[in-house]
Amino acid sequence: MADARTLFDKVWDSHVVERLEDGTCILYIDRHLVHEVTSPQAFEGLRAAGRPVHRPDGTIAVVDHNIPTSDRSLPVEEPESRLQIETLEANVAAFGVPYIPVRDVRQGIVHIIGPELGLSLPGTTIVCGDSHTSTHGALGALAFGIGTSEVEHVLATQTLLQKPALNMRVQVDGKLAAGCTAKDIVLAIIGKIGTAGGTGHVIEFAGEAIRALDMAGRMTVCNMSIEAGARAGMIAPDETTFAYIAGRQFAPEGEALDRALAYWRTLPSDEGAHYDRVVNIDVSALVPMVTWGTSPEAVLPITGAVPDPAAEMDTDKRARLERMLDYMGLTAGQKLAEVPVDVVFIGSCTNGRIEDIRAAAHVAKGRHVAEGVRALVVPGSGLVKQQAEAEGLDRILLDAGFEWREAGCSMCLGMNPDRLAPGQRCASTSNRNFEGRQGPGGRTHLLSPAMAAAAAITGHLADVREFA
Amino acid sequence: MMQAFTMLTGVAAPLPIANIDTDKIIPARVLRTIVRAGLGKNLFDTLRFDETGAERPDFVLNQPAYRHAEILIAHDNFGCGSSREHAPWALLDFGIRCVIAPSFADIFHNNCFKNGVLPVRLPREICDQLMDDTKLGGNARVTIDLARQVVIRPNGQEISFDVDPFRKHLMLNGLDDIGQTMAHAASIDAYEARKTQDRAWLPAIPVAI
Ligand code: SF4
Repeated sequence: MADARTLFDKVWDSHVVERLEDGTCILYIDRHLVHEVTSPQAFEGLRAAGRPVHRPDGTIAVVDHNIPTSDRSLPVEEPESRLQIETLEANVAAFGVPYIPVRDVRQGIVHIIGPELGLSLPGTTIVCGDSHTSTHGALGALAFGIGTSEVEHVLATQTLLQKPALNMRVQVDGKLAAGCTAKDIVLAIIGKIGTAGGTGHVIEFAGEAIRALDMAGRMTVCNMSIEAGARAGMIAPDETTFAYIAGRQFAPEGEALDRALAYWRTLPSDEGAHYDRVVNIDVSALVPMVTWGTSPEAVLPITGAVPDPAAEMDTDKRARLERMLDYMGLTAGQKLAEVPVDVVFIGSCTNGRIEDIRAAAHVAKGRHVAEGVRALVVPGSGLVKQQAEAEGLDRILLDAGFEWREAGCSMCLGMNPDRLAPGQRCASTSNRNFEGRQGPGGRTHLLSPAMAAAAAITGHLADVREFA
Repeated sequence: MMQAFTMLTGVAAPLPIANIDTDKIIPARVLRTIVRAGLGKNLFDTLRFDETGAERPDFVLNQPAYRHAEILIAHDNFGCGSSREHAPWALLDFGIRCVIAPSFADIFHNNCFKNGVLPVRLPREICDQLMDDTKLGGNARVTIDLARQVVIRPNGQEISFDVDPFRKHLMLNGLDDIGQTMAHAASIDAYEARKTQDRAWLPAIPVAI
């Protein structure tokens, strides 16, 4: 079928303003999310050129990366963080950009609040100066991260210069076993295709196992498309999506919602649409996953053991493995379920939603964090925090010895006061385990919220399936 | 405004590592700047300096022959990880105008062009050959001629590379994307008029939210 199009093709086509001679397109952007780290130099550029923000009504700003997750009534202590926050506030005021203030209950990680407030919608284009913008693709949007020059470009023109990506479908079949989550699915996918597996492509996640996920799980999967090297991840909108959107603050309502729904139902990929690459994965036999190295593809089932570099024939790969083990302070053959942890971090745009906190609280209930372990739970937004408190999850977690903090990126990256000390080992629900990501010398193991809670309770990486 | 890139002859430094992520190029904790300049001092921070902030003598850019390198040669998937544009800013501020590698991560690849850093994709064997060339020390001057799309080895051998014609045009002339796009303002206006019909269901975000 020549006219059969994928979800990506449809969203792309409907946003092309103009196709230039060489195939580069001027692509219209519906929603531009702005945060404090990647925007100052963009506003600086606008100011220097005397350009206004073209569509403030398609733009929204919030602070998340730098903001401490301690008491919000206190001033931000670190001067550089404070300067970035103040700079964003001055810029949104000067350019008339909608902004969610630090003390607003809706403040949170940009990729949590977009869907939560109904700003991220199916069939729209969404960009942000942050690679995990791919998260919003879970709603059937084309959402991707951009650099600061592009932030400036979108502010000035509400468009981007882009070439269409290739289509890739990751077909996820089978039914997840108890103890496994969306995080385990996406870690397994990255383990299979590698961190460059999606380069140049937009991945559409499809199949029974994806359809069965709730929106939180779908966001977790799309969030980590970037760790699989893809430009973006997308999931076709369905009744689960529509039910999630209805009633959110900035979502269409009434007659507008009816028109939107009629359109959204046309978005799923057509039968026979062409994909440049297809990967199949069956998750029926999946076991909870955990990373052991400094790349998200260095991942294994929790029942596994640290690989032995000596078994690697390729000298480059062997050297890389040796370096990873050295950095991570692990020895070949060590059982993953016996690796002790110092810190546990539950939060981030990958796993900072209410469903994630419920999963952690479920494991923590009636138990206690192991001696000597610091365990943080950081809601992805003020609204998530409020909801969790209404459900009494904060009490369960606090009683179990977890810290309960204010919303922000927190220990996902070493940019605010929540950081690992050199040599500390952390079980983390975030998305990157690169050297120094959570603080210089810090060691990161990526896993699901339930697995992270299990690690906090036992004091080592642990198989959550033993916590029935 | 972007610096034009036409022809560059300079010292090339070998960095025979794959998957150099943007956290390695410039760690998140030094990103709390509000201007573009000055990031060169933190380029490859954790590779260049130890915990006390002292230089690691074995790191290539700390060695006398490569301190003023303007070209980097690396292995696969250079620039993976976060989308931070601070990575090309740091390279540029340090003085590196060209990175040669078998493959690059998408966003980084894009960001380089937008900042006047030329990413050149060449097969792994050729990158290895170029790395061998760099061992000639101070003589290892490599030339990159963007107009002709060739890398010229110290022995004079020319190796051609591919580059997107549009990017090439902007780079050669030091043109910025925004000015280019603004030349199409009428199309954007027309699209927006159409969009108000086609996507009438999409709410505007109010300034006072
Ligand atoms: S939570 Fe982590 S990955 Fe997500 S936006 Fe914040 S720093 Fe980036």
